[in-house]
Amino acid sequence: MIGYILRRLVALGLTLLAAALVIFVVLEILPGDPAAVTLGLNAAPEALAALRTEMGLDKPAALRFFIWLGGLVTGDLGQSYTYRVPVLQLITERMAVTLPLALMAIALAMAIGIPLGMLAASRHGRLADAGVMAFAQAGLAIPNFWFGLLLVLVFAVGLGWLPAGGFPGWQAGIGVSLKALLMPALALALPQAAIIARVTRSSMLDTLQEDFVRTARAKGLSEGTTMRRHALRNALIPVVTILGLQFSVLIAGAIIIENVFALPGLGRLVFQAIAQHDLIVVKDLVMLFAGLAILINFAVELLYGLLDPRLRQA
Amino acid sequence: MTRRELLAGAGLAALAAQLPVVALAQAKDSVTIAQTLEPPTLDPTSGAAQAIREVTLQNIFEGLVKIDRTGKLQPCLAESWQIADDNVTYRFKLRQGAKFHDDTPFTSEQVKFSFERAVAADSTNAQRQLFTPIAEITTPDPATVVIKLKQPTANFLFGLAWGDAVIVAPATAANNKTNPVGTGPFKFVRWNRGDRLELARNDSYWGEKPALAKAVFRFMSDPQAQVAALRAGDVDAHTNLSAPEAVPQLKADPKLKVTIGGTEGETVLGINNAKPPFDNLKVRQAIAHALDRKTIALGVYGFDVNLIGSHFSPLHPAYVDLTGTYPYDPAKAKALLAEAGFPNGFNCTLKLPPPSYARRSGEIVAALLAQVGINAAIEPLEFPQWLERVFRNKDYDLSIIAHTEPLDIDIYARDGYYFQYKDPSFKELIAKIAVTLPEAERNELYKQAQRKLAQDAVNGFLFILPKITVANAALEGMWTDWPLPVTPLAELRWR
Repeated sequence: MIGYILRRLVALGLTLLAAALVIFVVLEILPGDPAAVTLGLNAAPEALAALRTEMGLDKPAALRFFIWLGGLVTGDLGQSYTYRVPVLQLITERMAVTLPLALMAIALAMAIGIPLGMLAASRHGRLADAGVMAFAQAGLAIPNFWFGLLLVLVFAVGLGWLPAGGFPGWQAGIGVSLKALLMPALALALPQAAIIARVTRSSMLDTLQEDFVRTARAKGLSEGTTMRRHALRNALIPVVTILGLQFSVLIAGAIIIENVFALPGLGRLVFQAIAQHDLIVVKDLVMLFAGLAILINFAVELLYGLLDPRLRQA
Repeated sequence: MTRRELLAGAGLAALAAQLPVVALAQAKDSVTIAQTLEPPTLDPTSGAAQAIREVTLQNIFEGLVKIDRTGKLQPCLAESWQIADDNVTYRFKLRQGAKFHDDTPFTSEQVKFSFERAVAADSTNAQRQLFTPIAEITTPDPATVVIKLKQPTANFLFGLAWGDAVIVAPATAANNKTNPVGTGPFKFVRWNRGDRLELARNDSYWGEKPALAKAVFRFMSDPQAQVAALRAGDVDAHTNLSAPEAVPQLKADPKLKVTIGGTEGETVLGINNAKPPFDNLKVRQAIAHALDRKTIALGVYGFDVNLIGSHFSPLHPAYVDLTGTYPYDPAKAKALLAEAGFPNGFNCTLKLPPPSYARRSGEIVAALLAQVGINAAIEPLEFPQWLERVFRNKDYDLSIIAHTEPLDIDIYARDGYYFQYKDPSFKELIAKIAVTLPEAERNELYKQAQRKLAQDAVNGFLFILPKITVANAALEGMWTDWPLPVTPLAELRWR
């Protein structure tokens, strides 16, 4: 087992290194000088040269790669070209928006999707079932930025209940901040809720065929109690699996939603960094996302290895 | 349903909810201003991004002089000044009692420090050419600065009103990017990157105290988000809306006030004058005759904006209307092309940077050029790539971009500038303007320069970027025009 883990660890290290190299090279061959972007059309050559030195762009590419790599290992992600603050600080600031947003979206998606799925399963083949399926179809088909705009028009412009966008910052108070996240979270949650409703419904229908459910019914339990106490728990296993898989989709969707609602999250940071040619931030963020994906993969592989001894020989 | 229909539909629903917002606004002593771009840093001497000046200039930082809303030069940290008969010695009398936000008294020392810092070897000041004419700075006493120039420099004072020439203190200068300390009427409070910047009134300001105690700049780049925030009352004003198509709808809203003003942003169809066939005057004239400016501007904005016939803004007193130099005349354009040896036209490329004015006018320009036989293939570029390929390497035929620096007609006299216009007589003219101090004389020379560029059809001169200001009807004092892109908060008040 230890040998297996060691082998996988070496592979993990090599994969991360390869990812870093690819990211660096790809961004390196992009035309465009970050210093020129900062100083604009009228910049004097002397000022440009000074800024390039300040940004460390005058060093050869290979050296910059190793400086960057060394920084990644020691937790120093470098300094943003545009904001001139440590990238790590930027990422933590933005995480404080994106993470609560994603969690809120998941909570909303479950709160909407699971009851709807259960309702559809219990009314299988009837009107309520058809209604839920239609909702799920629409939820998947409607782009979430469009749904977001619709929410803004109704609840911000029309009714004036919620702010149209922006984020006051947690220091302004939890209530105000949660209020600012509500609509974007709802927009993000809609397609997730649709998926969850579908999965809950079909998994519930399967579970309801099981022997233990028949037993519960035979004991004389009401249909509702049977569903909640016995069927739901088992039916939720595939739902949880789907939720795990959907987490990365949520983060990707957040990029769009954060722009629609002008939220200062990680997604918006990626967007801005690309537009402003803040290559160091782009590099760090892409590496962060790639690293997360590689690590999750690694954890899954380890898990499989634990469960199935045959795989350890591979 | 399109987005616009949606907006219109919800607008009706919104009318009822709008009345209480106006009532509430009257007791306010704070303001929330939205602008499209976020400043990358808060130090106007460290980068060219216009957003930096929009937020900080005349609010947090001040220069010796300032530009007012009509484009006139006014005293600021310098109370008055005299120019000696030699035309190179400037004696500034400084404001007494002015202080930096950290209570450091403002003296002549900081003026000397700021300007010497701007031309130092490691300076990243984007406009260091403003300071290169300086030969010597002396400080006879704390309230006096004497600046001696190497040669008479006509626009020296004007340049001192720019964000790049603000006065900073030695102890705080290095931190101004993230924690700006200036002498202005507002102090920096907090910056939530990606969202908002909070400022508070500087109660020990040397000048008239601002009416508002607090101001927030909000940064929103999405045009739909801008319109929604204005209509929901989340923001009190937008300095320059990015959604011209929303203007009629916003104008119809009694809660809001919309003005269309001018800027210094000359939008040009840049032509690579050194590259055949564009080195042929007849070809450039043909292009000029093929451009229907009115249609282009209307297509981009949906309302009338200032059209130009040369590289000069109508906001300046020396402006001459040269839009008639080569009137829209496709038949003439075809004839000129035939004379130049292209009876069947030719193919070329049109490289476009990301701003929507460039992309939108690019489509129309390409269509107009196609009518006379010039087939311009559109190539959209990201801004860094545009800077690299078009601006630096001059690897282009045609391109569209707005030049937003005030009074930048001298770029046509610069060696290696991307238009590749090389005309000795024009260079001479610009050199003469640079040393001609009497304003009337200088304006005459500016007029000559404009005519020369128009006649040589150096670029396709299109229109001036408009400033679309949308504000709460009860908010007074927003700038309508942008002789310099700033938003002085001290001039705002609630009615």
